[in-house]
Amino acid sequence: MSGDPKLERIAKGNALALCATGTWTASFAPVLERMVTEAEKLAGTPQSIFIDVSEVAKLDTFGAWLIERLRRSLTKGPVEAQIAGLSANYSSLVDEVRRVRATAVVDSNPITISGMLEQIGRAVAGVAGTVAGLVDMLGAVLAAWFRVLVHPRSLRLTSTVHHMEQVCWRAVPIIVLITFLIGCIIAQQGIFHFRRFGADIFVVDMLGVLVLREIGVLLVAIMVAGRSGSAYTAELGSMKMREEIDALRTMGFDPIEVLVLPRMMALVLALPILAFLGAMAALYGGGLVAWLYGGVQPEAFLLRLRDAISIDHFIVGIVKAPVMAAVIGIVACVEGLAVQGSAESLGQHTTASVVKGIFFVIVMDGVFAIFFASIGM
Amino acid sequence: MAGEIQNPIIRVRDITVQFGATRVLDGLNLDVKRGEILGFVGPSGAGKSVLTRTIIGLVPKVAGSIEVFGVDLDSSSASQRRNVERRWGVLFQQGALFSSLTVRQNIQFPMREYLRVSQRLMDEITMAKLTMVGLKPEVAERFPSELSGGMIKRVALARALSLDPDLVFLDEPTSGLDPIGAGDFDELVRTLQRTLGLTVFMVTHDLDSLYTACDRIAVLGNGKIIAAGSIADMQASQHPWLRQYFHGKRARAVMG
Repeated sequence: MSGDPKLERIAKGNALALCATGTWTASFAPVLERMVTEAEKLAGTPQSIFIDVSEVAKLDTFGAWLIERLRRSLTKGPVEAQIAGLSANYSSLVDEVRRVRATAVVDSNPITISGMLEQIGRAVAGVAGTVAGLVDMLGAVLAAWFRVLVHPRSLRLTSTVHHMEQVCWRAVPIIVLITFLIGCIIAQQGIFHFRRFGADIFVVDMLGVLVLREIGVLLVAIMVAGRSGSAYTAELGSMKMREEIDALRTMGFDPIEVLVLPRMMALVLALPILAFLGAMAALYGGGLVAWLYGGVQPEAFLLRLRDAISIDHFIVGIVKAPVMAAVIGIVACVEGLAVQGSAESLGQHTTASVVKGIFFVIVMDGVFAIFFASIGM
Repeated sequence: MAGEIQNPIIRVRDITVQFGATRVLDGLNLDVKRGEILGFVGPSGAGKSVLTRTIIGLVPKVAGSIEVFGVDLDSSSASQRRNVERRWGVLFQQGALFSSLTVRQNIQFPMREYLRVSQRLMDEITMAKLTMVGLKPEVAERFPSELSGGMIKRVALARALSLDPDLVFLDEPTSGLDPIGAGDFDELVRTLQRTLGLTVFMVTHDLDSLYTACDRIAVLGNGKIIAAGSIADMQASQHPWLRQYFHGKRARAVMG
């Protein structure tokens, strides 16, 4: 094809004539733009202005627009610039481009101090909205649950079992592995530091109380928030994006009953099971380390454990699990149903689901700690 | 380059595509000539979209060769391929706009990647493209989720045209549009084809589009092209599916 584009000035007495040659297409756009910007500065008060395009070998929207832009900026004075020598092939393209209104591009809002303050204010006000949304969802889920209690046949058993498999059965290996390792680490650290006081054996007390009351359930809840809370948000969010939830609604189904309730029930049943398995794995890991690293014989470990812990410790731990599961489930479902049309929004809400889920789990744990302390458990 | 003008812009030879045990395309041959609007029809599930996706390289083929702009896409180097991709635009069935970018950013995305031009020029070209596809400049700052179905198709077309391609693939461009909107869209494709000298490969179900917009029609059936030619050839064909398609109730309604 003919070579690089050029824009040359031809002196013609009082007239300003510019002659465009070569290929005026997108591939040469950077060069073209530079030439046109340069040519726009041509000053003077000529009596007539011509842009001769008869030698242009190829023209596309980029080239046509740049010629049009040049024409418009040269027309600043009383004399209107003319495009000459336009071949019939390209005249419709140039006409098309001529219809384009030069609109000033709206710049996105600049960063100002008042704007930042406004954002902080909105974020703080948003906290109330978040809590209201959670309470709203809690109410809707409870209402759906009571409906199911009255009409047990409307329970979606298949869906609930499916979600049980996803959040409980498939989570067992990773939960057991991680809690086992945490048990090992607690025992190792305990022995390492207690040995200085000759108090090795008290590591069993620490391990038992810590794992059964706090670590077991808290750690498992955090892992479930990351593993299943995010999955719930992503599932519901992409269903929202594709109008599947609207479709359910128009068919006369309640999305809370069809989608949210089975997930919530699965999670509320799953977390106590996982917390129990996690606690056992952690005790096993701790016992193993106490034996191999601390020299505490298994018999001695079990004897000491029986003295150190009571059924109260276990109850305190396991009672928290369903409540934490409900918090994780509600946060995940609220976030999932709040997803807007874009992929970015889905990502933001999934992140928010995990962050808020973990935050509320820890807050709940604190509330439980105060409660159990005051009733002396 | 002189040869390119005579040669077809797309040359598909003996293409076979298989999903598991089902053979979707079976030794298919197809030529698309420079500057034409080719309408591509066939029963639902015959593999029209599969062929489009095979040509643009999204579906792997078992056998056969594809040449676009005279470049064999299998034996081409990465830079040759990029060069070819830069010269075609694709309009997907659902638009496939990037949901987290505004309309303006969507249209500018290919320019930003391939051309080193100023933001000002990109903004101006975006406005030109929006005008060309018949949208108002105000649409530019909206997100895809805030657009109607017809607007999404138009924006997607503007994005497909953003680098001034020589060839565009349209996958059911008028599906989901009201008849007036669909008619406008056909008109638009026709106008753009004239002004920009495009070659258009259009998969469609819309009889109106075939009558008003297409220069030539190719019909897919049993994994092969069963007929190719003008609308008059199609009407004269004795193939049972073609007879039903072009002489059925809806076809008679279109022809008046």
